[in-house]
Amino acid sequence: MVPLSHYLILSAVLFSIGALGVLIRRNAIVVFMCVEIMLNAVNISLIAFDNHLNQHDGQIFSFMVMCVAAAEVSVGLAIVIALFRNRPTVNLDEFNLMKW
Amino acid sequence: MVNLAFLVPLFPLIGSIINGFYGLKIGKDWVSKIACGGPILSFLVVLCLWVSLFFHPEGAPYPEQILFTWVPAGSLQVEFGFQVDPLSCVMMLVVTGVGSVIHVFSIGYMYEEYSYYRYFAYLNLFLFSMLLLVMGNNFLVMFIGWEGVGACSYFLIGYYFEKKSACDAATKAFVVNRIGDFGFLIGIFYVFQTFGTIDFSSVMAAAPTTLVYGSETVTLLTMFLFIGATGKSAQIPLYTWLPDAMEGPTPVSALIHAATMVTAGVYMVVRCNALFNLAPLTLTIIALVGGGTALMAATIGCTQWDIKRVLADSTVSQLGYMFVACGVGAYTAAIFHLVTHAFFKACLFLGSGSVIHAMHHEQDIRRMGGLKDHMPITYLTFLISTIAIAGIFPFSGFFSKDEILFHALMDGNVIYWGMGVSGAFITAFYMFRLVFLTFHGESRVDPHVHPHESPAVMTMPLIILAGLALGGGLLGIPLIHGWHILGNWLEPVISFDWATALHHSETVLASHGHHESFTELLHSKGEHHPNVWIELLLMAFSVAVALSGIYMAYLFYRKHPELPAKFTKGQWGFDLVQEKYRVDELYDEMFVKPTVEASERLWKDADMKGVDGAVNGVAQSIGFMSKIAQYFQSGFVRNYAMFMVMGFVVLLIII
Amino acid sequence: MELLIFYPLALVTILLALGVVFNTSPINSAVSLIGMMLGLAAVFVLLQAHFIAILQVIVYAGAIMVLFMFVIMLLNLKAGDDRAWKMRERNLYLSILTGVLILLGLYKLTDKIQSTEFGETAKLPDTFGTTIEVGTKLFTDYVLPFEVASILLLAAMVGAVVLAKNKVD
Repeated sequence: MVPLSHYLILSAVLFSIGALGVLIRRNAIVVFMCVEIMLNAVNISLIAFDNHLNQHDGQIFSFMVMCVAAAEVSVGLAIVIALFRNRPTVNLDEFNLMKW
Repeated sequence: MVNLAFLVPLFPLIGSIINGFYGLKIGKDWVSKIACGGPILSFLVVLCLWVSLFFHPEGAPYPEQILFTWVPAGSLQVEFGFQVDPLSCVMMLVVTGVGSVIHVFSIGYMYEEYSYYRYFAYLNLFLFSMLLLVMGNNFLVMFIGWEGVGACSYFLIGYYFEKKSACDAATKAFVVNRIGDFGFLIGIFYVFQTFGTIDFSSVMAAAPTTLVYGSETVTLLTMFLFIGATGKSAQIPLYTWLPDAMEGPTPVSALIHAATMVTAGVYMVVRCNALFNLAPLTLTIIALVGGGTALMAATIGCTQWDIKRVLADSTVSQLGYMFVACGVGAYTAAIFHLVTHAFFKACLFLGSGSVIHAMHHEQDIRRMGGLKDHMPITYLTFLISTIAIAGIFPFSGFFSKDEILFHALMDGNVIYWGMGVSGAFITAFYMFRLVFLTFHGESRVDPHVHPHESPAVMTMPLIILAGLALGGGLLGIPLIHGWHILGNWLEPVISFDWATALHHSETVLASHGHHESFTELLHSKGEHHPNVWIELLLMAFSVAVALSGIYMAYLFYRKHPELPAKFTKGQWGFDLVQEKYRVDELYDEMFVKPTVEASERLWKDADMKGVDGAVNGVAQSIGFMSKIAQYFQSGFVRNYAMFMVMGFVVLLIII
Repeated sequence: MELLIFYPLALVTILLALGVVFNTSPINSAVSLIGMMLGLAAVFVLLQAHFIAILQVIVYAGAIMVLFMFVIMLLNLKAGDDRAWKMRERNLYLSILTGVLILLGLYKLTDKIQSTEFGETAKLPDTFGTTIEVGTKLFTDYVLPFEVASILLLAAMVGAVVLAKNKVD
């Protein structure tokens, strides 16, 4: 029997790795991948709690998270393609338009 | 009948509004019709009210017209109401009567002015405020009028606002008045605290059974009210504004600074006689201040060369007489002198206005002389009023001034009387000096100026007022008991229940362990019929004094015109008097300069360094902080995200 | 027994996640991500959430990762593209700072989790996590969010098409 806290710590570790990746990587596509890691980490804790409390709501939520992830990835990658068409790079530091 | 009372102030108000807003459009003729119509209609209404008072049942309370409840605030219930009793009726007659006459005079005097309508709008507004002051049935309505006349006085003194001296004089009058108003306001608060009401009739009725004779409360209360009176009525120490107020148009000086507004203080003291009666210390101070002012202003009047300034000092001096009368408890005499003074002083001012008009705005009597042949009517009326103010039988001034002097000696003491008699001597001297220098002797007029008699619209008011100055004394014939018409008329307002008041004071004091008996005092306040011969003797004496003053003026300015110069040359005392005892300079040194200095310091240190520094400091610190914030806004999304994570971690650590 | 499965599984998943972050080549990152997804699916199975585990494999490892691969190959991104651009001097320090901060947060979080008492684990029925159970819940209590999710997906689809298409007009 695996204790709940183990799953939660796994979730926290994965989430942190995802966040780290989002912050230090400059490749837009890798940043997207790291966002996926973060979303998955959340899924772990949702389902772990489900298991702990004998409920199904968490699983529904992780289902929704997957939906959102799919939508986000499809739009996000479309944006990356659009950007790439403007300027042949996926380096986020090249896009500092938010300064203005 | 009393329901018509609201019409009295309403007419001038309507006139003021029409003239003020549409004066330029409707033309000068209509402006004058509206401006004079208001006061005259008011005068007619006042006459109706006056007649109705004859049918008033004896002993019943006098009617009041309550228009609405103005301040319903807890225990403070102030009604906006008018009081019609003998005292206010006398004042209303004077204000509207003399006011109407002066309005008519103004038509002639001011006709060439461009802002004719503005003048009349202010003048009507003044009349409205003055009527509120006189008719108000409580202290607060009186206070509106009190402030209103102050404001109108400011407007009218500063009527020639392109002249700097006029603006300064207006500001001075306003500021000095404000000091008095402050005292009056505190007095009103005190009245409310003591009585729980500020209604005149309730306060006066409650006074004998609420206040203790000579107690601190009543002394302080009346002192505050008296400070208000000194401001409005130009008494020491707040009299300095009145001579300067002569910068305004002459009819204004006649109406506001001679006949009506400056008497507001006297009226207020008489109105509150029930309070003042119980404060012997205040009464002593009032009498001394009045006597001192009468004497001091009279001496200043001897040395001035400006025709209007002489009259202004004379006004201050005569107001001093009224306060002497108040101070010895002779309220009837005060009101009597107020009325006769309104007649003859208005006449004198209008006469001087007529002279100034004829001389094309020359006011220096050294450049006049010999005018009596050019302007006979003005001369005659001016002479009648001068004799009246000097106090020669049977002109009105004789009766009123003599009554004051008589009471000063009988109810007061020799000091008041001495002050009054010396004042009377000097008054006779300087008034005749004025007449001799202006109308008699060689003409010293500028050859380019051709003096002429004024038109009828100006001489008619002079004749009316001169007639009143001549016959006004009939209102108060002395000697024979019961013939004093004004005295009988005012009796219900100024009668005071000494027995109740003193008995109450004795009881209260006894309950506090002070056994004091006021029996003697009560006896002295009782009816006393003085010897007719003493009165006759005093009259003869004062007439003799006045005649000697006139003779001295004759000697100095007709017989030996070189004498004055010989006497006054190089005398430091004379210079001091001519410079008005340097009171203005003293006030300047004592109050104005420190205020200016303190303001400057506040401006430079507190405002520029403190307040502005704080504002600029805020702006600078914002700039500095923006510089720091600029560093964070790198434009790289990941940096922003990192700050987010930073915040998140900090939150996590705190939780 | 389950712990014996869990620990290696967790270790592999974490290592693969690190691989996603620290691989210079986007293709390698993507392959590591696929591995991590599969590992997570195994974790879900361990948690008896069979339906979600299957979904994880199909949706993530299948559909989403294929999309990633497709875009990477379409844009022809090579290893080292990330470094080809000039490093801005501040980025190194910032990265270290970020790492420290995140470690700090992670430490705090772990501390929190371990000090919390979660109580007894409920006894699970055999049907827990089956398609029937989750499906029933989804189409009864959560039918409205489900429909909203479908609209979201539709919108995302339209958005992706609009964004990615060539500007012809």
